[in-house]
Amino acid sequence: MTGTDTTDGLTSSTPDSGVQELEQVVIRFAGDSGDGMQLTGDQFTRTTALMGNDIATFPDFPAEIRAPAGTLPGVSAFQLRFSSFDIHTPGDAPDVLVAMNPAALKAHVGQLKKNGILLLNTASFKPLDLKKATYAVDPRTDGSLDGYRVIEVDLTARTREALEETELDTRGKDRCKNMYALGILYWLFQRDVEPTKKALAQKFAKKPAIVDANLKAMAAGHAYAETVEIFQVSYKVAPAKMPAGTYRNIMGNQSLCLGLVAASKQCGVPLFLGSYPITPASDILHQLSSYKNHGVVTFQAEDEIAAVCAAIGASYSGKIGLTSTSGPGIALKAEAIGLAIMAELPLVVLNVQRAGPSTGMPTKTQQADLLQAMHGRNGESPMVVIACSTPADAFEVGYEAIRIATKHMVPVMVLSDGYIANGSEPWQLPDIDKLPPIDVSYAPERDGDGAKDGEKFKPYERNPETLARPWAKPGTKGLVHRIGGLEKQDVTGNISYDPDNHQHMIDTRADKVARVANDLPPMATLGEKSGDVLVLGWGSPRGAITAAVTRLQGEGHKISAAFLRHLNPLPNDLEALMRSFKKVVLPELNKGQLASMLRSKYLIDVQSYSRVNGQPFQSQAVEDYMRNVLQEVK
Amino acid sequence: MSNVEEPKLTKKDFKSDQDVRWCPGCGDYSILNSVQAAFADLGKKLHETVIISGIGCSSRFPYYMETYGFHTIHGRAPALATGVKLSNPELDVWVVTGDGDAMSIGGNHFIHAMRRNVGLKVMLFNNRIYGLTKGQFSPTSPQGKVTKSSPVGSVDYPFSPIALALGAGGTFVARGVDILGPHLQSMIKQADGHNGTAMIEIYQNCNIFNDGAYAGFTDKGVREERILYLEHQKPLLFGADNAKGIAFDEAFRPYIVEGDDLGKAFVWDELSDTPAPAMALATMDEEKFPVPVGVFRRQDKPNFEYAVNQQVETAVASNKQSLKDLIYSGEMWDVK
Repeated sequence: MTGTDTTDGLTSSTPDSGVQELEQVVIRFAGDSGDGMQLTGDQFTRTTALMGNDIATFPDFPAEIRAPAGTLPGVSAFQLRFSSFDIHTPGDAPDVLVAMNPAALKAHVGQLKKNGILLLNTASFKPLDLKKATYAVDPRTDGSLDGYRVIEVDLTARTREALEETELDTRGKDRCKNMYALGILYWLFQRDVEPTKKALAQKFAKKPAIVDANLKAMAAGHAYAETVEIFQVSYKVAPAKMPAGTYRNIMGNQSLCLGLVAASKQCGVPLFLGSYPITPASDILHQLSSYKNHGVVTFQAEDEIAAVCAAIGASYSGKIGLTSTSGPGIALKAEAIGLAIMAELPLVVLNVQRAGPSTGMPTKTQQADLLQAMHGRNGESPMVVIACSTPADAFEVGYEAIRIATKHMVPVMVLSDGYIANGSEPWQLPDIDKLPPIDVSYAPERDGDGAKDGEKFKPYERNPETLARPWAKPGTKGLVHRIGGLEKQDVTGNISYDPDNHQHMIDTRADKVARVANDLPPMATLGEKSGDVLVLGWGSPRGAITAAVTRLQGEGHKISAAFLRHLNPLPNDLEALMRSFKKVVLPELNKGQLASMLRSKYLIDVQSYSRVNGQPFQSQAVEDYMRNVLQEVK
Repeated sequence: MSNVEEPKLTKKDFKSDQDVRWCPGCGDYSILNSVQAAFADLGKKLHETVIISGIGCSSRFPYYMETYGFHTIHGRAPALATGVKLSNPELDVWVVTGDGDAMSIGGNHFIHAMRRNVGLKVMLFNNRIYGLTKGQFSPTSPQGKVTKSSPVGSVDYPFSPIALALGAGGTFVARGVDILGPHLQSMIKQADGHNGTAMIEIYQNCNIFNDGAYAGFTDKGVREERILYLEHQKPLLFGADNAKGIAFDEAFRPYIVEGDDLGKAFVWDELSDTPAPAMALATMDEEKFPVPVGVFRRQDKPNFEYAVNQQVETAVASNKQSLKDLIYSGEMWDVK
């Protein structure tokens, strides 16, 4: 059924011959960290995006730069799903698994669909390889791979043959075997080889021998698949029917950066990023470092605390201060964020969440920093929290963060996660001329500096609508004033220990954050605005929820979904929406953090669907869960 | 903005309307006085001056200055000030910190500011005690210091902030004393003229928790014999009639010379391309040798904010990419 996000793939039909039309395919490339699986997946993705399919990707790699070769901890994988219809997730189980060694096979074959295609590199099934992967028996001989369409190719030998006449040494030749595998898949799925030719020529522009070898290997793989008839059929996936526009494939960290730059340009205030490298947020530092031509200043600080403090210093000086990190870094920055709340300065804190606690699993995804974002500071220190839900959505969220921070003079925490950061999807590029306006004005210069004359500048005099205080840049005449972390008298900003003033300031800082909700658009729903079950989501589970709810709606169930970008403050119309359904269910990759927030705030019996295993939700699991809930509600 | 030449500000103009709340007799008062006097002499403008502090008694400083001021969090003033200086290099940015703030909780930011050579002027008030938390030993307290948290004497070895700054690559490293006002003002003025990070360690008496920490060399009666004024291109002489001097042996160990040997006194060169002489003085035993004050080291080197902003300005100047170009880049396709 076109137009619905199904889980069917090439495994649900029996191939005969020729070219078979499919609606979607899920491919997983798995190999050793050194096998180039991320590059292979990335190439397949680019090509497929250019061919007009909808696509979603999920890289899954180890934290170790190079775990011992051939072992299970060293396995790196890249899953992608492409289709002729609108999809929301990189798919649950793959139709095709490329396993470059026994460890990759062992780690991933469990998820391969029955009747799925399994491409094995036989060169790496020697006794030692099997031992490293802790196989007692060669899985190719013990019947454990029955039920899969196993294709055995000695990728190493075939690649060496293809590159016989090149100047590369054996090691260099062996590095091209991923491209040989890619060539096979390009034939199998009728992909255009031109984009990869172009991309490799660009990537290795200074090493023509490498480009040549990689392309030869790819061509050889393609020819091999075509002539040797290892597959009875090849497959075709028609372009997806997507809204008209210009698209590019984008990863979450990239689009977040673009959203920040767009907002900076829109309001004419340059960005300053203070950051300390941390997985999976480092790409934000890399990316923004490359935007110097757009006036972006990046500062790689000595630690997480210095990074946020420098960003606060930049905001104080009239720039847009940003800091990017992951959960452990947020823990270190907490005191400084409290200072920004007290100083009432704009600041954007980007948290690309990863699996915790402590160091946790740095390359795995999780959404367990929500309550840290809400409450992880001393004292009553409310801050605005917003979250992105897909790689493309991160653009709008980055933009929104700056809009709120500058309009309301508040720090804003942006929650992304590893799945969004490193995953990719086609992004319909926005019309630059129609981006919403962001007006920033600084307090104007005036007379009054010096002890002797005039009325003093009032650094905490507030905008009656937003309660924002003026943005008074040092260097501006007539505005000299002192701010800091000590409690201050409203309006004057002078240090104050007065009990009534403290109560007033506590209430004012909270009210200031609450008023951000006044600007929010009405909540959108996927489906009807009332019914049996409302599936509420925030962050990266959006894709899996959308797919599951769409399928259930297709069966006639009264189920809807809604997604929260703004987590603090929550939209004003959220409560009414939740009360229009018999049941509200909230899937999140933590122990029910947003669910508990909503339960305590609204006294609504929100049911938490919690999963915290470092992996994103699978749409099938969400669907099964909701099917049970729908049963119970009836 | 008026084009009329504005009259030069006086010391009084730099005083804010806030009551100063340090303990009566605190060394911080004389430092505040010296800073206000020096700032007035230097012709500073109130609105171009920013004073950034951390936490501690000394860090209340910004509230008493009629300039921009930011009283931040413990130890982090150099990091925050780095963000200010990078964002607006035109501003005159001063950091006020203490021995706990800069040497203990903020040690990391202190050394990295030195290493990067950010154009910050750092005044480190060293009273060798924690004052605001009421009297625990600090990283500059001498070993054996008896305090509330070290009732039988601290076992920690102390830092020399000067040696630490030198080791971290500090390009202007100096020492002054709270009660030596004119000398301190001279240090402040020299720091002001320095292009990169300027660090002045200021010996400051805490008359409540560590009274007399420096009396052994700052009291009027002993000062002449016990303080060594470092003067560029002059021999290291001290004592009545400058009758004694400091020389170094072949292993760069200092020793005291007098009489016929006075000519061996080392001729001070604050611009020396090696930190060795400065390090030797910074680590001299305070009991056996006079205490050096003045400029230990000064080096001209491009500052951090210049280098960072130059990269950005160069990129902006040659930029041909609009926001639209940036977003509409990479491999794109059209859906009709």
